[in-house]
Amino acid sequence: MPLVNGGKIVDDGFAKLAVDTPLPESGDILVPAERFLGEAEGLLKRAGKVGVIWPNNRDVAELVPYLSKVATVALVFPTFRDGRAYSQARLLRERYNYRGELRATGQVLRDQFVFMLRAGFDAFEVKKQADAEAFMQTAKRYSVFYQPTGDGRITALHRRMQLRHSEGVGT
Amino acid sequence: MYAYDEIDRTLVNERVSEFRDQVKRRLSGELTEDEFKILRLQNGVYLQLHAYMFRVAIPYGTLATNQLRALAHVARKYDRGYGHFTTRQNIQFNWIKLAELPDALADLAKVGIHAMQTSGNNMRNVTSDQWAGVAPGEIEDPRIWSELIRQHTTLHPEFSFLPRKFKIAITASDHDRAAIKIHDIGLRLIKNEKGETGFEVLVGGGLGRTPFIAKTIKHFVHGRDILSYIEAILRVYNQYGRRDNIYKARIKILVHELGIEKFSREVEDEWQHIRNPSLQIDDEVIEDIRSRFTYPAYEKLPHMPDELRQAAADPDFEAWRKNSVAPHKVQGYSIVTISLKPTGGPPGDATAEQMDALADLVDKYSFGEIRVGHEQNLALPHVAKRDLPALWKALDKLGLATPNVNLITDIIACPGLDYCSLANARSIPIAQELTRRFANHELANLIGRLHINISGCINACGHHHVGHIGILGVEKNGEEVYQITIGGRADENAALGTLIGPGVKFDEVADVVEDIVEAYLALRERPEELFMDTVRRLGVEPFKERVYATR
Repeated sequence: MPLVNGGKIVDDGFAKLAVDTPLPESGDILVPAERFLGEAEGLLKRAGKVGVIWPNNRDVAELVPYLSKVATVALVFPTFRDGRAYSQARLLRERYNYRGELRATGQVLRDQFVFMLRAGFDAFEVKKQADAEAFMQTAKRYSVFYQPTGDGRITALHRRMQLRHSEGVGT
Repeated sequence: MYAYDEIDRTLVNERVSEFRDQVKRRLSGELTEDEFKILRLQNGVYLQLHAYMFRVAIPYGTLATNQLRALAHVARKYDRGYGHFTTRQNIQFNWIKLAELPDALADLAKVGIHAMQTSGNNMRNVTSDQWAGVAPGEIEDPRIWSELIRQHTTLHPEFSFLPRKFKIAITASDHDRAAIKIHDIGLRLIKNEKGETGFEVLVGGGLGRTPFIAKTIKHFVHGRDILSYIEAILRVYNQYGRRDNIYKARIKILVHELGIEKFSREVEDEWQHIRNPSLQIDDEVIEDIRSRFTYPAYEKLPHMPDELRQAAADPDFEAWRKNSVAPHKVQGYSIVTISLKPTGGPPGDATAEQMDALADLVDKYSFGEIRVGHEQNLALPHVAKRDLPALWKALDKLGLATPNVNLITDIIACPGLDYCSLANARSIPIAQELTRRFANHELANLIGRLHINISGCINACGHHHVGHIGILGVEKNGEEVYQITIGGRADENAALGTLIGPGVKFDEVADVVEDIVEAYLALRERPEELFMDTVRRLGVEPFKERVYATR
């Protein structure tokens, strides 16, 4: 499954651990939430980055004490019709000011890229190679946005105000 | 009328090109049907019994004549020459070919019409009073706010994959024509003691398998905070609404399971976090939206013009005028409702020819503006009273002057088993039979105001729960069986109807309705006592007795 980060297909440096996979000596690891919360101290002490896979039915507020220490948070779209992780993403970015990598996993198609970018995701485990390759093109598909989110894109309402004011200059 | 600007037009065009790519990927096999299904639903495309069905949004029910002509064009070019107006200010086309859909959307985009979020588990078309802006006594035009919310809910990055569909309706009149109490969020525009605009917010209404009347969650939310308050409701719903069972996924179930107090506390908590400047609507923004709604330059006209006085001698004109013409806030003008319920016809259908001809009449007599209401009728919002006789004659020629608005044959019905893949029973033939049974205008007039609603399955698209007489088709041992309720209503006093007894067969439905009506005529205390008043006074029993005594 290709990983897109910074708009490009990149190698995924993280090894995904299950609840009971033995801990590797070194290297970056991605750990399920339950295991992470249980062993957080030990995990964060070892060399190598640690990320957490957070299920979409668990309150992200539990993650807050660790947000400055984890390298990535992977949120889950079990199917792309299940949109809970969009709320989690916005909470992490906009309420808890998480600045690390925010990764979309699960059934990730190109048709969600714009929504995901707006919600604060910056890394994408894309299901299909063709969608991963189309990332840059798809991300630019829309130039008009009606809602303010943490991504800072200017909304249609404000753009209208700006246009109105600039038209007013000198008159 | 709201005039789209370059910004709105750009977004609609971007959406069309995205959908074109999605259709292409589906046709090439790159997208599975399972994947494509969600994407097409976000654009109003259902797969029905015989073909794809395409649902187009008419936000808050307002259309300009160039838009009505574009709908006629789509009916003619891509469909079988007609369209079906729904109970949520949408129009449906029943015979669209998938490969042609992007072109149909592109044609509609040229006049600022789209099909975004007319189906799927997202925020649907924001609906409002079809008399908005012209009804006497209205607090202010609710479409300004409908448009603000329409924009905010369009392609929302957080709430486009909700547990289930989500519908918002707004009214600004005492008499609720938008059926806000059967919506996921109902907004009643009010003023506070300082004269500032805000909303009573209701939540958790809805019909379907488990019907609920919406409850008030907050008595007053200031207009400037309405987006953040809606967003707070949606965030709670998106996270906690059930996703394990499609029949328990609507917000009404969450509100019911948590209770309105706990649910409102959750919303309040969330709202305190996001009630910030970025979601606040300042006056300047509201004024900008308001400035793009144009209103006609009304003339100063007499209350009772000669043309109207003369026409009063014609009993056919009077029959039509009495139930199709309503008072306007400006003297000398009227609001005219156009019945799409001709005798023997499917409720809510209009042909391409009718739409085109109507567009010409609307240009001539209603300042180029037409409205669509949840009763599946149309309305001309600005007709000079002196033009009423001429308009009536022209409408009559088009088959659009059936004098039955608000009468027993003004039936709301879903498409039912004739089109819909979810249906268990036919709806349209029942409606057609009832319009024939009560075709005699004097009889219908004698009965007075009486709404019949018909749904062909438990999903309740025909709003049977809130019909004065509600008819629900179900399937029992391979046969269509119809359950009859009475006493429902969808207005400011919204209530769910009561089942009167065991279901009846297809052939018996019209007889049962006749029995109910006869019982009412015999029981009412005086001619002014409407059906609903008699039901309220006497309850269901006497009707039940009448219907089942001989069955």
